[in-house]
Amino acid sequence: MTKSLMFIGCAIFFMIALYSCRPPAPGAAATVDAASRVYVPPGEHDEFYNIVSGGFNGQISVVGLPSGRTFKIIPVFSVNPENGYGFSEETKPMLNTTHGFIPWDDLHHIAISTTDGVHDARWAFANANNTPRVARLDLTTFNTVEILEIPNSAGNHSSPFITENTEYVVAGTRFSVPFGEEEEDVDVPIETYKENFRGAITFISVDPDDGEMDIAFQIDAPPFNYDLARGGKGISGDWFFFSCYNTEMAHTLLEVNASQHDKDYIMAINWRKAEQYVREGRAETVRAQYAHNKMDKATHMASSEIKEDVLMLDPTEFEDIIYFIPCPKSPHGVDVSHDGKYIVGSGKLAALIPVFSFEKMIEAIENEDFEGDINGLPILNYESVLHGEVERPGLGPLHTEFDGRGNAFTTMFVSSEVVMWDIETLEIIDRAPTYYSVGHLMIPGGCTAEPHGKYLVAYNKITKDRFLPTGPELAHSAQLFDISNGRLELLLDFPTIGEPHYAEAFPAELIKDKQVRFYDINENQHPYVTRGPGQARVERETEDRVRVYMTSIRSHFRPDNIEGIFVGDTVYFHVTNLEQEWDLPHGFAMKGANNAEILIMPGETLTLKWIPDRVGIWPFYCTDFCSALHQEMSGYVRVSPRGADVPLTYSTGGR
Amino acid sequence: MKWILIVFSFALTVTIIACGGDTQTDERTTDARDMGVEQREPDPRGIGEVTNVDLTDPLNEDMIRRGRQISDVKCASCHLYDTEERLVGPGYLNVTNRRSPEWIMNMITNVDVMLDEDPVAQKMLEECLVRMPDQNVSLEEARELLEFMRYNDEKHAGERDGGVL
Repeated sequence: MTKSLMFIGCAIFFMIALYSCRPPAPGAAATVDAASRVYVPPGEHDEFYNIVSGGFNGQISVVGLPSGRTFKIIPVFSVNPENGYGFSEETKPMLNTTHGFIPWDDLHHIAISTTDGVHDARWAFANANNTPRVARLDLTTFNTVEILEIPNSAGNHSSPFITENTEYVVAGTRFSVPFGEEEEDVDVPIETYKENFRGAITFISVDPDDGEMDIAFQIDAPPFNYDLARGGKGISGDWFFFSCYNTEMAHTLLEVNASQHDKDYIMAINWRKAEQYVREGRAETVRAQYAHNKMDKATHMASSEIKEDVLMLDPTEFEDIIYFIPCPKSPHGVDVSHDGKYIVGSGKLAALIPVFSFEKMIEAIENEDFEGDINGLPILNYESVLHGEVERPGLGPLHTEFDGRGNAFTTMFVSSEVVMWDIETLEIIDRAPTYYSVGHLMIPGGCTAEPHGKYLVAYNKITKDRFLPTGPELAHSAQLFDISNGRLELLLDFPTIGEPHYAEAFPAELIKDKQVRFYDINENQHPYVTRGPGQARVERETEDRVRVYMTSIRSHFRPDNIEGIFVGDTVYFHVTNLEQEWDLPHGFAMKGANNAEILIMPGETLTLKWIPDRVGIWPFYCTDFCSALHQEMSGYVRVSPRGADVPLTYSTGGR
Repeated sequence: MKWILIVFSFALTVTIIACGGDTQTDERTTDARDMGVEQREPDPRGIGEVTNVDLTDPLNEDMIRRGRQISDVKCASCHLYDTEERLVGPGYLNVTNRRSPEWIMNMITNVDVMLDEDPVAQKMLEECLVRMPDQNVSLEEARELLEFMRYNDEKHAGERDGGVL
C-alpha cells in the first residue's frame, strides 16, 4: 500500500517535472488557472488603474488591471467627436499652438505625479511627439486640463518624465534643430548640422498646489537625438538622465550613419544645480513663442495664451551641470532603479545591458575620471561608472522596470521577449516570449520608489495571429504577466487602443473615491450658463450672430422650438445640463453642423457652433440615451432667408 | 380608433420597458431589479431620513426665497408651479395638501429608493415614465423647497399643509 502510494507520488512528480521542463510552444497558452487570476467578478473593481498612451491616436486609454478592460478613452492631443473635445467652443483653445489649431498628435509617454518618488496620482502628464507639447490631465475628472507647447524643440520624445516630487516635467528634443531669434539663425543648410543645430532640453515647473505648468528653463545641449529620460530617486534625486543617440550628428540616412559609434551617451543633468544657476540669474532670456492652454474649472472654458520668451542656460558656462556616461550602442530606454542606485541603459543595438552605479558616477565626477569631453562637457570613464553588464540578455534591449525586490525586467524588441535579471548579480533569472516584438513594459509603480511587483504588462508592436483578424490593421496586443512568484508567468493577452508606448499603473484606491461625479450647477461660472429653465432664451447679439441659452434635463431641451434664424447666421447653442446626478450626460447634435456633437456632463455648459446653410426646418436631438423618453428629447429650428419677416421667437411646450 | 390603438400600444410598450425589471431597461436605474417586486404598506411619510418635519407659522421668507432659487435651477424644467398639470413631473399646485411634508422631502432627497420602493412614487413613475432625477439636494435645501411649495400653495390654491399627518 505504502509502496504503491510512493510509486504514484513519484510518477506525479516526474510528470510535473517533465511538463515544467517543456519549452513553451509558440503562442504558449496560459493555464485555466490563469483565467481566475485575471477574473474580476461582475460588480467588483480592478486592483489597478492603468493609464496607457495611445500613440498615433493622440489619446490615452484607461484600463483596469488585472482584467485588461478598457474603461475610457481620454482625448489629449487629438480631437474626439465622441464628446466634442476640440469641436466645442470651450475645448478648441486646448489644441491651439503657434502653428494654429492642430487636431492631432502622437502621444508616446505617460508620467503619473509622485511625491517622494511614490505615486500620488494627482495628475497624469503626456507628451506630444510631433508638434512638441506636454499635457496635464486631472485624475479626478479624467480630463485634459492643460497643454504647454515646447519651443526650440522638434520632436518631443524624451518626455514627460518627472522629478521625484513632480517639481519638473522634462521635454528633451528627439530632433535637434537650429533655433534663434532671427530667420538667418534657422534658415541654414542642413549639412551645417554640427555647427548650427542645437538640442533643447526643457524643464517645465509644476505648481505643487494646482499643477499648473510653465517653462522654467531650457538647457542648450549638444545636437544629439534625445530619446528617453528618467529622473533620479532618493540618493540620485537631484539628477536627471537622458539617453542620447546619433551622437555621430548625422543628418541623413540615420539608419546607417547614426549607428557608427560603439558607444553613445547617457547625459546626466544635475537639475538642482541648473535650477540654482537659473535662480541666480545666469540664464539668458531668449525670444521663443509657445502656446499655453488651460482649462478653467469654474467656467468650463479653455483659454490659449501665446508666450514670448524662455530662459536659456548654456551648460558650457558651468562645470557641474552636465556629464556624459558612455553607453553602447544607440541607447533607447534609460531607467533608474527604485532605490535610485542604478541607471540601466538599453543600447538597442547592443548585445548586453550596461548597468551604471550612481555612487560610482559621483565618485568619477569627484575624481575627474574623464575620458574626454563634448564642447567642454566631461565624458565620464565608462569602466569607472559601470556597475556591470548583463551578458547575452537577448537582442534589442529597449526598456527596463523594477519590482522593488531587486529584480529588473527588460524588453527585447528583436528577440521578442521580456528578460528578468538580478540587479546586484546581473544574472538572468527568467525570460518569457512576447507576441510579438515588445516595446515598452510596465509594472504598477515600476518606475517609482515603491513598485507593486505583482504584475507586468508588455506592450507589443506586432500582433499578427493573436486575435480575430480585422483586415490589414490589427489591434496592438498587451500581455499581462504575474511576476509575484519570482518568475514571469503569462496570464492574459488583451487588445489595446491606438499604439501604446509607455504606460503607468497605480493602486485604484489612490483616486477612485476622489472622482468628480457631477459639476455643481451653482458653481458653474460659464459666461453663457443658463441657470435654470427660467433663463432659457435666444438672443440675436449682432446682425448675424445668435446665442441660444439652452437647458437640458431628462428629457427635454429648453427652448425646443426656435424661429427667426436666418441662413448664414452664426448660431451658438450654449447647452447647460441641469442634471445633478452622476452618469447623466446629455448629448446635443444639430443636423448639418460642420463639427461634432457635444456631450455635456451634469452641471456643465458646452457650446456647439452652427452656421445654417439653407432654408428649412432643422431638428436637433439628444445623443446620449438618457431616459425612457430619450427619443422625445429633441427640438426644431426654423431657418429663413436672411431678412425674411420672421421674428425671433422661442418656446417650450407652448410657454 | 386606429389612433387610440397606436397610442395605447405605445403607452403599453413604454410601460413595459420602464417596469420590465430587466437590466436592459433604458432607465439608468441604480436598482431596477427591485422595482415592483417588494410590496410594502404605503407609509405616508415615504422612505428616507426624514421622519418628522416641524412646520413653522408664519412662513419663513428667507427659506421661501432660497427654496425658489433652488427650484428655479434644479426643478422648474419639469414641474410647473401654478398648476397640478403634469409637464414632465406633476405641477407643484396642492402638493403640500396631497402629501405629507416628510414624504415630499424624502422624495426630493432619496429619489432612487422612493421610486423603487414607495408605492405612491412608483405609481407616479408609471404615469410620468421619466424617473425624477436625483438633483443632489441637501436636507436643508429640501426643507427650503418645501417652504417654497407651502408658499406656492397658499398663493395659488388658497390653502396649504393639508397633507400634514
